[in-house]
Amino acid sequence: MTANITQPAIAVRGLRKKYGEKVVLDGIDLSVAQGKIFSLLGPNGAGKTTVVRILSTLIRADGGDMRVAGHDPVREPNAVRAAIGVTGQFSAVDKLLTGEENLLLMADLHHLDRREGRRRAAELLERFDLVEAGGKAASTYSGGMQRRLDLAMTLVGSPQVIFLDEPTTGLDPRSRRDLWQIIRELVAGGVTIFLTTQYLDEADHLADRIALLDQGQLVAEGTPEELKRQIPGGHVNLRFTDPAELDLAARTLGVAGRDDEALVLQVPHDGGVHSLRALLARLDDASIEVEELTVHTPDLDDVFLTLTEKKKEAVR
Amino acid sequence: MSTMSYALRDSTTMVRRRIKHMRRYPSLTIQLVGLPVVFLLLFVYVFGGTLGDGLGAGSGGRSEYVAYVTPGIILMAVAMVAMGTAVSVAMDMMEGVVARFKTMAIARVSVLTGHVVAAMLQTFFAVAVVLAVAFAIGFRSDANVVEWFAAAGVLAMLAFALTWLTVAMGLVAKTIDSASNMPQPLVFLPLLGSGFVPTDSMPAGLRWFADYQPFTPVIETLRGLLLGTGIGANGFGAVAWSAGIALVGYLWARKLYNRQD
Ligand SMILES: Nc1ncnc2c1ncn2[C@@H]1O[C@H](COP(=O)(O)OP(=O)(O)O)[C@@H](O)[C@H]1O
Ligand SMILES: [Mg+2]
Repeated sequence: MTANITQPAIAVRGLRKKYGEKVVLDGIDLSVAQGKIFSLLGPNGAGKTTVVRILSTLIRADGGDMRVAGHDPVREPNAVRAAIGVTGQFSAVDKLLTGEENLLLMADLHHLDRREGRRRAAELLERFDLVEAGGKAASTYSGGMQRRLDLAMTLVGSPQVIFLDEPTTGLDPRSRRDLWQIIRELVAGGVTIFLTTQYLDEADHLADRIALLDQGQLVAEGTPEELKRQIPGGHVNLRFTDPAELDLAARTLGVAGRDDEALVLQVPHDGGVHSLRALLARLDDASIEVEELTVHTPDLDDVFLTLTEKKKEAVR
Repeated sequence: MSTMSYALRDSTTMVRRRIKHMRRYPSLTIQLVGLPVVFLLLFVYVFGGTLGDGLGAGSGGRSEYVAYVTPGIILMAVAMVAMGTAVSVAMDMMEGVVARFKTMAIARVSVLTGHVVAAMLQTFFAVAVVLAVAFAIGFRSDANVVEWFAAAGVLAMLAFALTWLTVAMGLVAKTIDSASNMPQPLVFLPLLGSGFVPTDSMPAGLRWFADYQPFTPVIETLRGLLLGTGIGANGFGAVAWSAGIALVGYLWARKLYNRQD
């Protein structure tokens, strides 16, 4: 392996930012491998946009060491700018121009020659399903179309590292899926994606690694599976037809999580097939009739709530 | 290509962008040109007869006043375009596209030079319209080609200076309203100078202000070039004021645009 391949696309150590008295980023460390999707996940106000704005050279951090595509955003902002593409949280298209003019504007600013610029614009309009709308002012576009144009503009310069700040917030489910597909294609093409989102399922679907940001601190980091494994919460729900069966099962399995009204028993469970088989065998041995069985594996929602709750308790 | 030629190319791109905006949405330009034209017609036809007699020179009356007031109206047009520039810049800054420009490896100041150069072109358009109307209602000039070019040069300097200043105002403004209010006084400066009546007809305090404010030497220089009146030290005054305002405006605008907080 060459040094270039092992070098992370983005490396951040001890990133700090304050607005007045308010600490927005309180010492953040991250590393994003080349050619991967990294998702910074956090609720509104967590500091996601601030991270993106610092790494994309829009604002200065108060402290910390950063490398984006091998360059320091503070000392070599232009080298960073030449390597990145940014689709911010808020639409960054020129609404007075048409979709095509927006793309040609980007081509001119990337110093492509006229023919190459036209070719690239046409290709992107096609790819983002904007051929028909290409001649209309961007102000007339729907939210999804503006998002697509925004991303298309980001791609004109063929960036190595792409920042997407809440790219699907406010989109309808279909536009969301379309955008996910596009993001997957981009990574397949070798670029690195730094994606922020408030949606757990989005991070779960797209990201190779996820960092959870809460009130300016990273509360967890890892692959989606690693994060899910960090917390208990997997269980099996057993539903019965009569209370006697429920009682019997509760005694047999020795568990306390029961809902007498719904006739449901909750049994802790790690999600593995073996332990599930063992559980069923015990129920069979005791001749207990189970009406319905559902397996609940922890999703990122559980992870998120658990981790942010833990932190709040630690603060208290 | 060198850094310099990239800077030129990026600025040209940004000028083209602004010209596209202006052509697609001409209503703002029409408003900017409309006010000076209305003032021209108003002053010439409503007050012109009396004011012309009061000038105490030549034949007096309306025809004398058209000649007198036209340079003042021209400066009003320059100031109007400058005011429009503050609004355009403020609107631009509220759009995310400027944030996009800032994350791109382009000549950084090109967004602003795009605004300034496009505004200067808009200024020449506005001045041409004002002059056309002035000629239609009796304005005549005895200027030769050199004097016309000199007049254009003086206007270009002032337009350059004022638009850098109003670009800064557009950047500092938090709302579109404040962006349009801040440069408002510029539009009325020709009235508080020698644009509409000679300053020696004004009361002492006002006269002092009128004599020393930046628009008066520019108006007097224009008058000298177009109508053959004396220019004297006003030529130097016009250049000095324009250079000073341009420098302050440029530094202020650049500082505001480059802030990273
Ligand atoms: N320019 C600013 N001035 C003051 N506070 C700010 C500014 N920008 C962001 N903040 C604050 O920083 C915190 C994080 O904001 P942001 O990074 O936008 O969060 P997110 O993108 O995760 O929703 C918020 O509390 C926000 O109010
Ligand atoms: Mg945000």
